[in-house]
Amino acid sequence: MQRRDFIQNSAITVFGAGLPLSGAMAQNRYAKYAGQTVVFSIPSHPHYDAMMKILPQFTKETGIKVETDRLAMGRMKEKQLLEMAKPQGDYDLGCYVVMWKGEYVSKNLIRPLEPFFKNAALADPAYDMKDIIPIYLENLGLVGGPKGYLAGPGAQLYGLPYGAETSVLAYRRDIFAKHNLQPPTNYTEFRQLLRIIKDKEGIGALASRGQAGHQAVHAWLLHLNPLGGSVFDDQWKARFNDKIGVEALKFLQEVVATGPAGIAGYGQGESNTAFLQGQAAMYLDSTSLAGLVNDPTKSKVVGNVSWALHPMGTRRASQSGGLGLAIAKNAKNADAAFLLMQWLTSKEQDKAVTRAGGAPMRNSTLADAAIVRQYPEFITFKEALKYSNPDWRPIIPVWDKINVQALGVGISEALTGKKTAEAALNDLVPQVTQIMREAGYKV
Amino acid sequence: MRTPRWVPALYLGPAVLIMVAACLYPVISAFQLGLFDWSLGIPWSDARWVGWDNFVSAFTNPRVWSSLWTTLIFAAVCVTAEMVLGIALALALERPVRGTAFFRTLFILPMMIAPIAVGLVWRYIFDAQFGLINAILGLFKVAPLGWLADPTLAFIAIVIADIWQWTPFVFIMMVAALANVDSAVIEASRIDGAKWWQMTFLVKLPMIAHVIAITLMMRLIDAFRVLEVVYVLTFGGPGDSTEILALHIYKTAFVGQQLGVAAAISVLLLVVVALLSWGALRLSNPLKNDR
Repeated sequence: MQRRDFIQNSAITVFGAGLPLSGAMAQNRYAKYAGQTVVFSIPSHPHYDAMMKILPQFTKETGIKVETDRLAMGRMKEKQLLEMAKPQGDYDLGCYVVMWKGEYVSKNLIRPLEPFFKNAALADPAYDMKDIIPIYLENLGLVGGPKGYLAGPGAQLYGLPYGAETSVLAYRRDIFAKHNLQPPTNYTEFRQLLRIIKDKEGIGALASRGQAGHQAVHAWLLHLNPLGGSVFDDQWKARFNDKIGVEALKFLQEVVATGPAGIAGYGQGESNTAFLQGQAAMYLDSTSLAGLVNDPTKSKVVGNVSWALHPMGTRRASQSGGLGLAIAKNAKNADAAFLLMQWLTSKEQDKAVTRAGGAPMRNSTLADAAIVRQYPEFITFKEALKYSNPDWRPIIPVWDKINVQALGVGISEALTGKKTAEAALNDLVPQVTQIMREAGYKV
Repeated sequence: MRTPRWVPALYLGPAVLIMVAACLYPVISAFQLGLFDWSLGIPWSDARWVGWDNFVSAFTNPRVWSSLWTTLIFAAVCVTAEMVLGIALALALERPVRGTAFFRTLFILPMMIAPIAVGLVWRYIFDAQFGLINAILGLFKVAPLGWLADPTLAFIAIVIADIWQWTPFVFIMMVAALANVDSAVIEASRIDGAKWWQMTFLVKLPMIAHVIAITLMMRLIDAFRVLEVVYVLTFGGPGDSTEILALHIYKTAFVGQQLGVAAAISVLLLVVVALLSWGALRLSNPLKNDR
């Protein structure tokens, strides 16, 4: 059985119970919970800025109040862990970064969603789980299965994508036209373009993240996957220091050498800003940039940006990741939280949040003619999703530690020239292996 | 009438109890936590007893020692600069001159700003593309510097931010101390023909040595605990070039989810700070003369 078949079948199984619902029941779905307050942990993020615009409509329609607790992404996890570890926490519904899902499930902090979707009194018969972009559903929602974080026997749905993303290439068509350049289709062309743009235009070639920790690893993974590499082999042994891993890191070093000033200290915000303020000619990262490119209050490159697929290495691959929603195990109003989650991710509201500048998570939104007119780049995004790799990074419970404390330090050292690419990655192997052993992996 | 022996105990008792609860309890808790394997999100009842393993793991980790070394250099540079600048500013504004009140207010402003905001402000100032410093350097045809992307420059950046924020604290302490120096002594030295530098280094500063020692100790303690500014400015990078011990502890606890190991490193930090504080008090202990 193919992975996508599995996800779709799971979706049908999960959702099947909701189908016989009567219209009258659906209409009364919210009545029992009117007056309750759902406390919702959200990050400071463009998608959730867009969500805030549609949220009042939920309260108006259902009578359920929503209280949001917005934190910087970096501080959100510790607050959520503290809240969800209490016998009864303050959060009912929480947004999580894809890397946290395994840890939250392993600590029994979030609820599986199947019981909610099987509950005829709660589930919306028009929800259409099959319409959710399968790669997003798998990447952000499923936990369990043979690898622990992908589809397969034993995988269960714990969350729904909301603020999910893939990777695409954005480029300045005015600069490319000026120098008669074509967007790169493969990594050979990509590498050549970096130097050409830097020399001819005098600005950074590619905006990228580079700050020590998660940001540097994210940037490296963007090249590792298309070039055919991965962090671990099938037996969970480190393979990130092989020829491909080194090649990806050397490519990133070239990105830094030809990039805008200070790129090795950039987080996502600085990388976005570099491109939006015209300091770099290309951008290869999250689709979440799309909502900002044509906003004249944030962008100096309005009307000058075109989009292309993530360049192909030895294989075509684009990122899978972003944000999802889950219900806290210790939620006070779990049913109402589910109703909010279901409402936000419904077909109608997915279109509404997209129109407000958010990221779509349904195929029907990406195919909507009016929305595609508003965001023509969605044609490219839809194509990119065909190559989105759900195994982009190993989302095991200890990934955050490996990501920030090991790989994030070594890769940063390679980017600042303290170590060569080979030395930086080789030196990390014992540390990563030790972390894996402590986590119970037989490596 | 003789005061009964229990009266001092009655007066001191509540204060002692509060001190024990507020100061000693967290230290004992940290030590206790260091003996368990526990992470956030797991009930404390499920924490696993590991004995001294966390301490062994912490003390054999080269990253802990490199981080301690970074912290020592950071503290030495920052505290030295802050003490020198703070004392110099206090001496400069000691006498009421035109605009003294304005300058005094201006100099203490940085201390009132929340550390996270300080970090953000300096992150923008040091920004390679749009930052104020590179803009000024650009006027002199200096190419933009990646302040937060180069290990040495990033270290200089966190030092500058700390000096900017905490020099005012030293300044306030010194202004207060200098205001209490007996004017008769100053007058006597002037009559004896003491020059400006003799009056400063041989009369005034020795007379406020206790306050200098206490200020030095407080700044040393704070320099070892600084977290927010470095968290926002560099998050310890590039590489681990600005990963001071407090940030290493934070990452171990909240990223690595090893609260036990983080607690063990905290005990190491406590020992180092205690030793340095003892050293600072050895310079001039204000309690000594009161015996």
